[in-house]
Amino acid sequence: MAQLTFHNVTLGYDRHPAVHHLNGEVARGALVAVIGPNGAGKSTLLRGIVGILRPLDGSIHLGGLDARDIAYLPQSAEIDRSFPISVFDFVGTGLWRGTGLFGGIGKAAREKILRAIASVGLNGFENRPIGTLSGGQMQRVLFARVLLQDASLIVLDEPFNAIDSKTTADLLALVKQWQGEGRTVLAALHDMEMVRTHFSQTLVLARGPVAWGPTAEVLTPENLMVAMRMCEAFDDSATACAGDDVSSRAA
Amino acid sequence: MLYDALIGPFTEFEFMRRALAAAIALALAGAPIGVFLMLRRMSLVGDAMAHAILPGAAIGFLLSGLNLFAMTAGGLIAGFAVAILAGVVSRSTGLKEDASLATFYLASLALGVTIVSIKGTNIDLLHVLFGNILAMDDQTLLVVAFNATVTLLVLAVIYRPLVIESVDPLFLRTVSRAGGPAHLAFLALVVINLVNGFQALGTLLAVGLMILPAGIARFWSRDLTVMICIAVVAAAVSGYAGLVLSFQTRVPSGPAIILVATVLYIVSVLFGRVGGIVRQLFPGRHLEA
Repeated sequence: MAQLTFHNVTLGYDRHPAVHHLNGEVARGALVAVIGPNGAGKSTLLRGIVGILRPLDGSIHLGGLDARDIAYLPQSAEIDRSFPISVFDFVGTGLWRGTGLFGGIGKAAREKILRAIASVGLNGFENRPIGTLSGGQMQRVLFARVLLQDASLIVLDEPFNAIDSKTTADLLALVKQWQGEGRTVLAALHDMEMVRTHFSQTLVLARGPVAWGPTAEVLTPENLMVAMRMCEAFDDSATACAGDDVSSRAA
Repeated sequence: MLYDALIGPFTEFEFMRRALAAAIALALAGAPIGVFLMLRRMSLVGDAMAHAILPGAAIGFLLSGLNLFAMTAGGLIAGFAVAILAGVVSRSTGLKEDASLATFYLASLALGVTIVSIKGTNIDLLHVLFGNILAMDDQTLLVVAFNATVTLLVLAVIYRPLVIESVDPLFLRTVSRAGGPAHLAFLALVVINLVNGFQALGTLLAVGLMILPAGIARFWSRDLTVMICIAVVAAAVSGYAGLVLSFQTRVPSGPAIILVATVLYIVSVLFGRVGGIVRQLFPGRHLEA
């Protein structure tokens, strides 16, 4: 059963497509890696899925999920770490689904937050301002917030960038745990070895779908070469797109 | 002697008591808004908005004299008109929003001064530009207190989305649509408090009692709640000390309040626990962990 369905989706900025004519499905409970060179449209696709970016064309169906059933882990650069907020309060924002604007943080919620912080190995960091954390610690904090969100669909944008191997292994174990719990996970990644070893499905993206399916079949030198040859295209004098003549396979 | 200098003016003169009450109301509401302005990197936007609301407040002033309700309504309309126009121009032309806002606030300031000087006297113009907290009547004080109460209530409602939007706007957009309305409500609070500061500090200094206390608080704490408390106390102390200074030395009250806040700011820059210059020069022996 599909958790995510892309119907001829084109996503981009100011009429310029960054992801062009994507069709396909992500099965419920799948663990999908989205790979491609810089500028391939990975982050744009993830933003489209979580609803931050509206498609220029086509549509994305979320299999009946509410927006609050989706947890999104953005790249750390999007977060203002100079803001005076503690790890506890930051992770606690993951309870928004239950608390909303006015809901209080009671004893049970506090324990949930502490458990989430502990499960990413940050005991004792509760009162630290997020601005004092290292890159790897901040990534653990973001994972703790995702844990609290208790979402059916988890979208991770380059979650293992610039962090050490121990942190990567710990966080990867969490990702596998989420999949084991039946959640659907999509992650934009650069580490091919990690994708090959841990992700059953892969979408190779290069401003449009190059290949999509079982990782072993998709992660071929030929497909990677096609993706690498992708050229950036942002042309103000480009003509309007004629239609959807690009085919892709479903995962 | 000390009692006469520090307390006497307030026990003896009703206008000083009213001014102190107004300064405390401004501190309670304006300082938390200032903290968010600073943390959202909008300090100069607050300053620009202070100028942008002038024509509306000036029209309110022309229609009903120094009636804070009319000036608030006019200021709100002008402030939102400038904010929306600046936003529309930047989105439809690609001009950066700060450049667009700068253009509109300058035009707005020129228009406001023109309106006041055509219909009012030079004293009126000075009053609008620099304020006079000592001339506050009971009705105006009630409006200031009402605006401060509304500010605190609305801030309590939008506090959570405002914090999340400040630190991680993408996250808020994925879980809620509260970010946009919270931002608009926050802008409205900025305008309300700027207009509130008109009577006391005038259009040129109204933003001072919001931003300076926020800057002071930044040097003393890394915790948002503590920062807001410090900012409120710093603003109230500036209001009180500025009034005493003004009373004793005949310095105009608005500039006196802002000058006291500036002294507190300089002390904080020098001796603040978080990033103060002396602390950086003499950090003490390093810790174990």
